[in-house]
Amino acid sequence: MSAPLLTASGLTRVFGHGRNAVHAVDDVSFTLGRQEVVTIVGESGSGKSTLARLVLRLLDPTAGTLALDGRDITALKGSALRAYWRDVQAVFQDPFSAFNQFFTVRRLLARSLRLSGATEDRGEALMGQALDHVGLSARDVLDKWPHQLSGGQRQRVMIARALMLQPRVLVADEATSMLDASLRANILNVLGDLRRDYDMTILFITHDIGQACYVSDRVLVMCQGRLVEQGPTDEVIFNPRHEYTQRLLADVPRLHDTTLG
Amino acid sequence: MSERIVKRNATSDVLTTTDSLLRATGLTAAYTVDGGEVVAVDDVSIDMRRGEVLGVAGESGCGKSTLGAVLSLTLRPPLFVRSGELEVDGRRLDLGPHQKPPRSWRGEVVSLLPQGAMNSLSPTVRIRDFAYDVIRAHQSGVRRDDAIERTRQRLEHLDLPRRVLDYYPHQLSGGMKQRVVTVISTLLNPRLLIADEPTSALDVSSQRVLIEMLKEMLSEEIIGGVIFITHDLPVLNIVADRIAIMYAGQIAEVGTARDIINQPRHPYSAALLSSVLVPEPAMRRTRVQGIPGAPPSLMHPPGGCRFHPRCGLVMDVCRDQAPPKVGDERRFASCWWAEQNPGQNPSQNPSRAREV
Repeated sequence: MSAPLLTASGLTRVFGHGRNAVHAVDDVSFTLGRQEVVTIVGESGSGKSTLARLVLRLLDPTAGTLALDGRDITALKGSALRAYWRDVQAVFQDPFSAFNQFFTVRRLLARSLRLSGATEDRGEALMGQALDHVGLSARDVLDKWPHQLSGGQRQRVMIARALMLQPRVLVADEATSMLDASLRANILNVLGDLRRDYDMTILFITHDIGQACYVSDRVLVMCQGRLVEQGPTDEVIFNPRHEYTQRLLADVPRLHDTTLG
Repeated sequence: MSERIVKRNATSDVLTTTDSLLRATGLTAAYTVDGGEVVAVDDVSIDMRRGEVLGVAGESGCGKSTLGAVLSLTLRPPLFVRSGELEVDGRRLDLGPHQKPPRSWRGEVVSLLPQGAMNSLSPTVRIRDFAYDVIRAHQSGVRRDDAIERTRQRLEHLDLPRRVLDYYPHQLSGGMKQRVVTVISTLLNPRLLIADEPTSALDVSSQRVLIEMLKEMLSEEIIGGVIFITHDLPVLNIVADRIAIMYAGQIAEVGTARDIINQPRHPYSAALLSSVLVPEPAMRRTRVQGIPGAPPSLMHPPGGCRFHPRCGLVMDVCRDQAPPKVGDERRFASCWWAEQNPGQNPSQNPSRAREV
């Protein structure tokens, strides 16, 4: 494998002080290779989303460094930070709270495009292309209001929004958890296909091991802020070494296996 | 569940056998909207035995939650019941457009654990005061100490820490909040608990604990039966005795959980099942296809079988004639294909997959 695209070393984030200090992310190091899909799994409260926010530079780390393409981006500010956000985009869990309900889809997407500095014509073309990739037609959705879209459509608009900027890294924080199984499979397929077309690396965050198993090349397991296990998907999911991973897997409800645990 | 059937009361009245918990017939409910009516639950009938967990599954927008609202008598305008009859534990209720359900039913006969229930706790009220409010709403003369004592006993009975009574909601984890809300919504020992997506916001470990608690409540007869609404079929595999698959406001297929999951007869059930992602080695090699398209708008549902525009096994008859019910009340599929291919599993049919 060539040099990693994104490197996190010793990433730590502490909330609170003294006796009440919570190590939400505790000395986490990992890398993302180009066009790789890496999934972080863990229970609620294990620090997955905090880690995502650190990678997105929406939160500042207490300690540790982040590098994109070998360039340290831990302390970027102002326009340099905005340039980083062109390279790293996110899709969040709740498609119902991610929309400004007073904006049409067109206006919402146009606001994101300002980040890329595209002209209006070029912007329109980008919107159409990105919506097309997620299986929506520009004609149908661009002039709709969020309440006229279903949950699945909203989430696909959110993914299209991120794709428009042609990011190098896409952080998907429980992006498909609120969707139906059927739609979820379709969207995961879209993400898997697009990473080649867009030369995109995906950091996928989920508590659903079924999804992790389906999409990822590598899996990182988080427990109480720490990375307890990482490795290729087949090894981590079908031959887990850490006790926590084993317990997490034992709790997953299966379809064709009623003898659990 | 067999031990419960043995306890059957011999002096049953003529109308009902005592192991029947719920008999809902011809439930039809519609939302009135600007352009007309959206019939979200369309002539649905459900049968449940005592001690049973009935899973209701289907995509979003198939009327699962609306069915939950109708059964729990918690519907609000613009949703109205057009017709239907409910019989819970031998008590009958006519649900018509102008019928007002008796207050005594809610919480005591049927109780709803709503979607996102853990957000229904008030952030500024301690759990004990919340529980008191709930009990007081149904039993106006109850003393505060008695209400709290009852809640405390129930918590201890279910092995939950009694200290949560003194907590505010933000001091509880998501899983614990959901368990506490479940305990509070069953304080009045409802015969039928309707749980709408109770585990969807929880991680797998908390899901399991909640499911174990529900099962304990069933075996202790704190509740008589559970309708478990979810789109998560693997969860139903571990919690449900029977499963009803809903599509576009109607029941597409009903059967035991084992039958539905291993031997579905309706192409919709089969398609739903094949889009589920589970951590099994086969998942790594196959490309899972979701069902093409989306559920229809219930304002203008397609004619014939409502699933026909998305069905890989569609035949001419499906396009213009409503499908027959193949089977009996406890195990049926509403499908032309199932009628012509009795006992077959649509997912094993070679002509099944239709690419988008």
